[in-house]
Amino acid sequence: MEAPIEVHDLTVAYRKKPVLWNIDFELPESKIIGLIGPNGAGKSTLIKAIMGLLPTVSGFVKIYGKPIKDARKRVAYVPQRESVDWDFPTSAFDVVLMGRYGNLSLFQRPTKADKEIAYESLKKVGMEEYADRQISQLSGGQQQRIFLARSLTQNADVYLMDEPFVGVDASTEKAIISLLKELKDRGKTVVVVHHDLHTVREYFDWVLLLNMRLVKIGPTKEIFTDENLKLTYGGKLNLLSEMAEKVGEHR
Amino acid sequence: MELWDLTIRFFSMADANVRYVIFGSMLLGGAAGGLGTFAFLQRRSLVGDTVAHAALPGVAIAFLLTGEKNLLIILSGALFTSWIGVVLVNYIISRSKLKLDTALGIVLSVFFGIGIVLLSIIQKSGSGSQSGLDKFLFGQAAAISKNDVILLAIVGTALLAIMTSLYPKFKIIVFDPLFASASGLKTNFLQFLLSTLIVISVIIGLQAVGVVLMAALLFTPAAAARQWTDNLSKMIMLASVFGAASGILGAYISFLAPKFPTGPWIVIVVSFIFVTSILFAPKRGVISKMRLHLNNQRKTNREHILKALYKSGQKLNDWSKTYSISEIANFWSFAESKLKYGIRQLTRQGMMESINGRYKLTDIGISEGARVLRLHRLWELYLSKYLELPEDHLHRDAEDMEHIITPEIEARLVKLLDNPQYDPHNQEIPYTDGKVKS
Repeated sequence: MEAPIEVHDLTVAYRKKPVLWNIDFELPESKIIGLIGPNGAGKSTLIKAIMGLLPTVSGFVKIYGKPIKDARKRVAYVPQRESVDWDFPTSAFDVVLMGRYGNLSLFQRPTKADKEIAYESLKKVGMEEYADRQISQLSGGQQQRIFLARSLTQNADVYLMDEPFVGVDASTEKAIISLLKELKDRGKTVVVVHHDLHTVREYFDWVLLLNMRLVKIGPTKEIFTDENLKLTYGGKLNLLSEMAEKVGEHR
Repeated sequence: MELWDLTIRFFSMADANVRYVIFGSMLLGGAAGGLGTFAFLQRRSLVGDTVAHAALPGVAIAFLLTGEKNLLIILSGALFTSWIGVVLVNYIISRSKLKLDTALGIVLSVFFGIGIVLLSIIQKSGSGSQSGLDKFLFGQAAAISKNDVILLAIVGTALLAIMTSLYPKFKIIVFDPLFASASGLKTNFLQFLLSTLIVISVIIGLQAVGVVLMAALLFTPAAAARQWTDNLSKMIMLASVFGAASGILGAYISFLAPKFPTGPWIVIVVSFIFVTSILFAPKRGVISKMRLHLNNQRKTNREHILKALYKSGQKLNDWSKTYSISEIANFWSFAESKLKYGIRQLTRQGMMESINGRYKLTDIGISEGARVLRLHRLWELYLSKYLELPEDHLHRDAEDMEHIITPEIEARLVKLLDNPQYDPHNQEIPYTDGKVKS
């Protein structure tokens, strides 16, 4: 069987300055995988590159054996909460409904079935009462739940989530985690960019330790060790980032 | 009266020319206002300015090449140089370390400068004054002819039709372009289309509003509309209406005073709508915020009176005792005018009653007073338990919080603190029934 995500020798550069070097891994199905590394390690970049949102210098990504452009419907993306303007004039329900737009042709409007799916997803994150609420009036945790509900409407097999636990209250964090476990039990693969090292063991089956390069990947029990964390967060990468600067100037 | 006659003549639209001007101004104002909403939400205000200014050389070049003032040709020229301007901005950003606003500023001033030079050349050649090209600087709605209106009508209708049919897609790419791309929408194409529509809406407005001020007609209606609604489709409609109304009123004013250019008048009208919206809109408006603030202050005042009387009643264990105004004032150093006003409101709400000029709490007033005191003491307890603040630091904070704690938060506090009976000062926390024995 093909892996849900295969990343092969992937190099990504921002303005010609490499931020990810030769990333190479395969992820197993039906696991919750933590993507962990210091600030500037390229965690969000990796997620975006897997989604095909960034130009790559080399390498490729495959989703169940297919390039991302042929597999978009199998992948759902939850961007960072701060990446949008929450004062945008729209309701919680409308944001969730946006998850269905990828299935619509250019001039098509969301159907009744789409709206039912959106409402069901709102229910799953416990936000149905807030359907008509203007999104700026939601708390950070509620906004994150809305984003999650939007990804649920996509009925994907792979979920890529960029820091879903940042700025949320404890009850939302719990709700999100139980939702992720439910997805996993249904055979979905969930990749989560995560910051809080204390909860890693509790939340994730696998971890991917990243710092511009792939440090380690594997089951949390084996990989999430002090030694590997030192490798990830330690200062041994100075040379790599210096070279990145040089490459940026050189090209 | 001359003004009245002119007004009748304008709005009765008996004069064909007036009709063209009104329809033309309405269409271009509506299109600019509606499409401007998207540009406003993308915070691309300077882009509109650059597009408008970069159109000027195109206007002049189109005239120089053809030697006639055909609106279609001139606007095509305008569209062409605007488009080059936008391409150049993108090129500068991708090839240098300059930021968007800097690149926009450079292109805006260079293109506008070239446009002015070309205009002066045309002016010197003699054909300029007849050409009326200088009107493109500040706009002249009265110059809209029958042919122009047909052009404006076709383009305006097309713009609105495309915008309406692609509305959901435009909404998602403006709100969350990353997610739109990730879910398989052709975000680049849609963004290009949206930008093109916005540019065209700017271009068709140039004749009436002028390159210098056109950007204001693009953004100000949207900024005003945002004050009134939290719904994007309503916001677009409202912005279109504001834009159209500004167009018509601007044209009307310039009809009364034909020597003035139209652009500034249109901008004055749209700015007036904007200022009115900022002041008077419900919820977001300045005045409604002030009123909310005032209401909160009055509520706080009333609740302090209730609490003071409740505490006294509880201390004396006498709920029928009446108090004079000055007695109440002593409880809590109330300013007398505020106190009297608060008592008047409370009496009207049925929380207090007056007996021979003295006052006491009614049963509702007693339980309301108990509620305020309960919230005060719950909060004090919460602070001392969870923030571990010393006893003498609690009161001031609770004095503010007691007025804003909602029933939901109260329920959570009670649960969190496990149905507490006493506050940190060892005073009893009064629960629902009100008349707690002390």
